[in-house]
Parts: sequence; C-alpha cells; structure tokens
Amino acid sequence: MKPPAFSYHRPHTVAETLELLATLEDAKLLAGGQSLMPMMNFRYVMPANVIDINRIADLAGIEERGDALAIGAMTRQRDLELSPVVQRCCPLLHEALLNVGHVQTRNRGTIGGSLAHLDPAAELPAVLHAHDATLHLRGRRGDRAVAMAEWSQGFMTPNLAPDELLAAITIPLWPTGHGYGFAEFTRRHGDFAMAGTAALLALDAQGKVERVALAVTGVDTGPVRLSDAEAMLLGKAPEDALIAAAAETAAISVPGLDDVHGSKEYRRKLAAVMTKRALLAARARARSEEAAHG
Amino acid sequence: MAERMLLMLSVNGTEITREVPVRLTLADFLRHELALTGTHLGCEHGVCGACTVLVDGRTARSCLMLAVQADGAAVQTVEGMAVDGKLTPLQQAFVEHHGLQCGFCTPGVLATLTELLETIPDPSEADVREWLSGNICRCTGYQGIVDAALAAAKAIREGAAGE
Ligand code: FES
Ligand code: FES
Repeated sequence: MKPPAFSYHRPHTVAETLELLATLEDAKLLAGGQSLMPMMNFRYVMPANVIDINRIADLAGIEERGDALAIGAMTRQRDLELSPVVQRCCPLLHEALLNVGHVQTRNRGTIGGSLAHLDPAAELPAVLHAHDATLHLRGRRGDRAVAMAEWSQGFMTPNLAPDELLAAITIPLWPTGHGYGFAEFTRRHGDFAMAGTAALLALDAQGKVERVALAVTGVDTGPVRLSDAEAMLLGKAPEDALIAAAAETAAISVPGLDDVHGSKEYRRKLAAVMTKRALLAARARARSEEAAHG
Repeated sequence: MAERMLLMLSVNGTEITREVPVRLTLADFLRHELALTGTHLGCEHGVCGACTVLVDGRTARSCLMLAVQADGAAVQTVEGMAVDGKLTPLQQAFVEHHGLQCGFCTPGVLATLTELLETIPDPSEADVREWLSGNICRCTGYQGIVDAALAAAKAIREGAAGE
C-alpha cells in the first residue's frame, strides 16, 4: 500500500515552482503531506508529478506587520501554535490549532496545506474566515489576492488554479483585548470537527457588542460565516438569552453534512451548541479584558 | 525528473547513503531498506501513530513522509534509543509500569514521549494524555503508559539534578 510511481521535483524557489506548475502535466504540490500522503498511499490521488515545496525557505515565517499578521503558507502548524506572536495577537488561531490533529501531525502539517486541501471539517479555514483573512497566490500568469470569503468554491475546491501556488496568508488583527473562542465537537480529540465554531468579539465601553465575527466548520462544503447571528448581536449587550438566540440561528442558517459520523440535522444542532460555547468563551474573555483595563 | 534519487541522511547516528525510489515512504525505507523493523505500520494514513519516529528531534508519521524528504535529516527510531543494551529511563519506566502489552504501538509511543519529555520536562497527566492522543494503543488502556511517562519524567529530572 504505497503510492504508484510518480516523478519527484524539489524546487528551491517560488519561481522554479511556478515554472514547474506551468509546464508539468498532472502535478500536485506536496506541503506537509498530512492529507496528500494518505490519499496517495490509498491511491485516491495518483499524480504523475509531485512537487515538494518543503525546501523553499521564504514560504515559511510569521511576521507582525502593523495591524496584520503575515504567515508563509509553508509555516508548520506546530510552529504557529508555539509562536509567541500568534499567542499574543491572534489567540483564536492559537486556540484552534490545539484542535488540529495531534502534535505529531502538526509538526509536519502546514497552514497553507490545510487551506489548499480545504477539508470541509477543518478548523483553520473557519478561523481565517472569521478573521477576514486574505490569501496571496502566485502564478506565472500573475499574482492574485483572494479574500477568505471567496476561497471555497465547493467541496474541497479552493479558488486556486492548477498553475497557482498559495504563498502567504495575511490576517487582519483585532484590537488588543478582544474576546475569542473556539469550540468544536469531535468523537476523539484531534479528529476533524463534526461541527465547530470560531468566534471573535469586541465590546465597547458600555459592554455592548462593537464587532463580532462567527464562522462554522463541519456543516457545509466550506466554512460558513453566520451573518444573521452577527447582525443580531451587533450593538446589543451580549446577555445569555441573546447569545442563545443568536447561536440558535446557526442551526437554521447552515445546511449540515450527512456522513458516517452523523446526520445533517444532528450537525446543525451541534453547530448551534458550539456557537453558543464559542460565544460564551469570547464574552468572558472580552469582559475580563474590560475589567482589567477599563 | 527522477523516479529514483540519491538519499543521504543519518539514522540513529549512522550516516547512510542510498539510492531509493522516490515513492518509497520513510517507514518502508526504514523497515525494508535498513531492516529497522522496530518502526511499525498500522494504518499507513497517519491515524494510528505506530510509525511515529523523530525527524530532527520532532515526531513525524513516517508513513506520511517520502524517504527522499528526509534527505539531510537526522532520524531516530526505537532502535536508536537504548545504548549498548542499556534502556533509556523512559524505556525502563515502561518495563516497570506495564507500559506495554503486545508492543505494537510502543515504538511510536516512545518517540512521542521522547519529544514530550524534551519539550515539557515536568508534564502533567493531562499533558501526557494530550500528547498520547496521537498514538493508538489497543492493549493497555493507556494507564500504564501514562504512569510510565510520569515516572520517567521524574527519574530524568532527578537524574539531572543529581549530576
Ligand atoms: S502507520 Fe503511520 S500513522 Fe498509522
Ligand atoms: S501494547 Fe499492544 S497496542 Fe499498545
């Protein structure tokens, strides 16, 4: 049980990679290999050419640039998790990473690989969707910037042409002291989410919701923003009843997925519960920051 | 480009140069080319953790790496742990705390716990269980493994303090 024969390419620069992508037939980029390798081992995917981008130094890195975080697509999930910069200015990402597989898979798995693979139950796309991240693509025909909202084009189909490379991600940062929460339900720790919600929350001086972002994973072909719930919360005091009501809208505004792990009805219910938990965590953190600094 | 490639790496401290098919996984390279059959294969898709080895000090699923990806790396397997038949404190603790039964999961578990103890010298039981979530054991129910990990952490700390 191992992959059928392929040709292996190991470029050292982005330019070389783009050249290979533009000229090779049936090529697959190999990032951390935590999704592509299982698929190749089982022969679900049988690319003629594998382009290993693990040796391109300038595709990895974490950098705070003003009010955004710039992350190279080949940055390992474990490096992101351990990064003091991520913990300080993008704590939602840190918290979600603890639910992505296990240490052993995060050591290899990359943020870009997770985004390009776009498993419908992956955690990172939901976090980036809540954060209104931008994805930076390189290609021989030109470079493009794609908003996270435009990234998923259907089941495991990112907005990425076969000759393009996802090179970097920028995440606009929320003000210091914002609330955040990530909640997911899985059968076993480290599994993909049956449903999971990423929440960001900022309160004004009166304790009312100044800004809120909610994104759910595991319930549709890609991550879904809960705009109805966000609208309900905006400008109001986030009391328990309002949070519960907003979270309930998750159950009606997401389609749900039917698979061996659960029915769509069950997943919609889970989505509502996870949204409530993520919001409660975000509120507690936003309030404790207010108390500390207000 | 190539369907075979020259691979140079260090395995358990020994420098090795081999020409290998590019589609060979690191796990199959260790087992079939180097006869290091201590690294086991359960699922071959990254789920069970039996194939876990240390690559440059960090755990990795050797079923999810091509051997050629380890070019230039230092790989450590279970065979590289004991020196001259003397078990490491971690291995010794497995013996003393019934950390294994059939032993199939053990090489991967030892790799995981080696990285854990280097990262967190004084882990809580929750830390140990969190790290073990990436290794499936069908025999022990994990309790013996957790006990062994905590005992080894203590032994290593006390050993370091006594030096
Ligand atoms: S054999 Fe590699 S994780 Fe199961
Ligand atoms: S000891 Fe048998 S699987 Fe763990």
